Amino acid sequence: MAQIRVEALDKSFGAFHAVRAAGFTVEDGQFLCLLGPSGCGKTTTLRMIAGLELPTAGTIRLDGEDVTMNRASARDIAFVFQLFALYPHMNVRRNIGFPLKCEGIGAAECDRRVVEAARILRISHLLDRSVSGLAGGDRQRVALGRAIVRKPKCFLMDEPLGALDTEMREAMIHELRALHDRLGATTVYVTHDQLEAMAMADMIAVMNDGVVEQVATPREIYDRPASLFVADFIGSPPMNFLSFRSGLQSGAQAIRLGERDIAIPAAREALAESDLVLGVRPEHVRFADRGVVRGEVYGSEYLGTTQIVTVTTRYGALKARSPSSISFRIGDNVGLDFRPDTLSIFDKTTGRAIRTALHEGAAHG
Amino acid sequence: MTSANAAHSVVEPSAVVRRFAGSLVVLYAIITMIPLVWIGLTAFKSPDDAISYPPKVLFKPSLEGFCNLFTTRSRQTPDFIKTLGPPQGLCDSIARSRNMVVAGPSNYVPRFFNSLIIAFGSTVLAVALGTLSAYGFSRFRVPLKGDLLFFILSTRMMPPIAVAIPIYLMYRTVGLSDTRLGMILLYTSVNVSLAVWLLKGFIDEIPREYEEAAMIDGYTRFQAFVKVVLPQATTGIAATAIFCLIFAWNEYAFAVLLTSGNAQTAPPFIPIIIGEGGQDWPAVAAGTTLFLVPIVVFTVLLRKHLLRGITFGAVRK
Repeated sequence: MAQIRVEALDKSFGAFHAVRAAGFTVEDGQFLCLLGPSGCGKTTTLRMIAGLELPTAGTIRLDGEDVTMNRASARDIAFVFQLFALYPHMNVRRNIGFPLKCEGIGAAECDRRVVEAARILRISHLLDRSVSGLAGGDRQRVALGRAIVRKPKCFLMDEPLGALDTEMREAMIHELRALHDRLGATTVYVTHDQLEAMAMADMIAVMNDGVVEQVATPREIYDRPASLFVADFIGSPPMNFLSFRSGLQSGAQAIRLGERDIAIPAAREALAESDLVLGVRPEHVRFADRGVVRGEVYGSEYLGTTQIVTVTTRYGALKARSPSSISFRIGDNVGLDFRPDTLSIFDKTTGRAIRTALHEGAAHG
Repeated sequence: MTSANAAHSVVEPSAVVRRFAGSLVVLYAIITMIPLVWIGLTAFKSPDDAISYPPKVLFKPSLEGFCNLFTTRSRQTPDFIKTLGPPQGLCDSIARSRNMVVAGPSNYVPRFFNSLIIAFGSTVLAVALGTLSAYGFSRFRVPLKGDLLFFILSTRMMPPIAVAIPIYLMYRTVGLSDTRLGMILLYTSVNVSLAVWLLKGFIDEIPREYEEAAMIDGYTRFQAFVKVVLPQATTGIAATAIFCLIFAWNEYAFAVLLTSGNAQTAPPFIPIIIGEGGQDWPAVAAGTTLFLVPIVVFTVLLRKHLLRGITFGAVRK
């Protein structure tokens, strides 16, 4: 197993700049998710780590060794593809054993390792089946088998669950995480599905437009998004944004929004008057008659124990998560309050989060 | 779906339509088969039956056509023939009944052998080159890829025989005329463009992930190509091989022009089998019938691939 270190990685395809100065470190045994919308460069980054694409600039280190320009076959890594890439002309046993064949491992040892991999993934009964008849989940297990049989330095997975149906995906999320805990393998996992990332990752690297926006634990990413994009991308429904214009004193405990003061975590930097955005998660919006923002109920989505209520305000539509027991009628005039210690403030121009007391828990959060 | 409420299906043709379409196909097949059947029958006719008018459908079968195909004969006087010993084999006795004796084997077998070598040789070469270049065009960023592919295709835009004279002169200069190698190279160059285009379509359909997976697992690109791409391209390779083989096997014009004593193939040889008093039609028919056999065998062996190969890529998954 190994540490993966990516430094200032750049990749252009002609005029298209796919990845810009991406940098992060995956510690030995860590599970890192590269998360972002399609086209954000996450798959390109993964393919560069694998050696399937060569970067335009930057370095990739595996356990300290610079492998940036090494051939894929010389990196000793395993890759799991979204569409499994099982060889249709081989049965399950030969598919799993395929990576061993080129290493000159003896037939007996090879078979022993194939059987062991199959046992770990609980597909022993499928070993002599053709891969074309397998269900999606089993195909993915075979693909994983092909990855783990070689005991590589690290696993790279490109949306391996993307082709599965929801139910299968749920099951595989837990299986993958359990497999990771069991093997302790350094893993980089690409997905656009934040639920997958949240459920599995030790660390998440959120990418957008070729740029790594934030690398942090799932909790950190959710509670203290480093940029407007991360705040918007993570969470369903996403964070509410209220635009306002103001300066900020270091140590300020409130901002002026319209005619009302809103308490915020104490600011830790000073800012000249500029366009700012207040970010509020829907679950931190409370209905209160004397709330700081007033609006009209536009509609609500029933989700079982909770509901998402959309309220039209002068700052745009705000979403609030509230218990289903409260009933709202469309057109109701309501007041909203925000939980002060959870609020984020962003610089609208740069998208960067302003440092506040919120970030002080970060180190031990 | 139960028969009681069998709805009118938009996808499935009705029984009437299906029966009508079926009979059309059968009718077409019969019409196509008539010349072949006629050649097959003529091969077993005697020379007199073969040219009788109205044509005979019922006749006494004879192997004279095959005998005349494989042998050369010389006319002798009946008195001389009586001085010979008993006839040696069936063909000799047929010949003697016509006041002739078998003088030796004809050139049919060596011509047939030439056809086999040249057709299969050029097919193997065209498919091998085609597979490699199709893979290159499919997988790599080749400068001027579109222009190169168009250039390759453009060699098919005229009938190959249009360049027969220059090729004839070139071959004479470099000493390739009337050689098997020359014919193999010629047919390969005609077929390779077809092979590149057909195979590129097939290889494009094979996801890159297969090779990438193999390369990450420690194989070189060439090993991945051999172990992963080729097995999946067999259908396309088989279909392409059949098309190439049929062209090379049937090719007549270049063979007439460029080959004579040494590398002549069967197609220019068969129609010039002369019997007494003109064309020996039963022998020509016999030669044609036997000439069909290798293609039939090859196509039957690969028919599973051929059927999938022709329709492959027509419907996107």
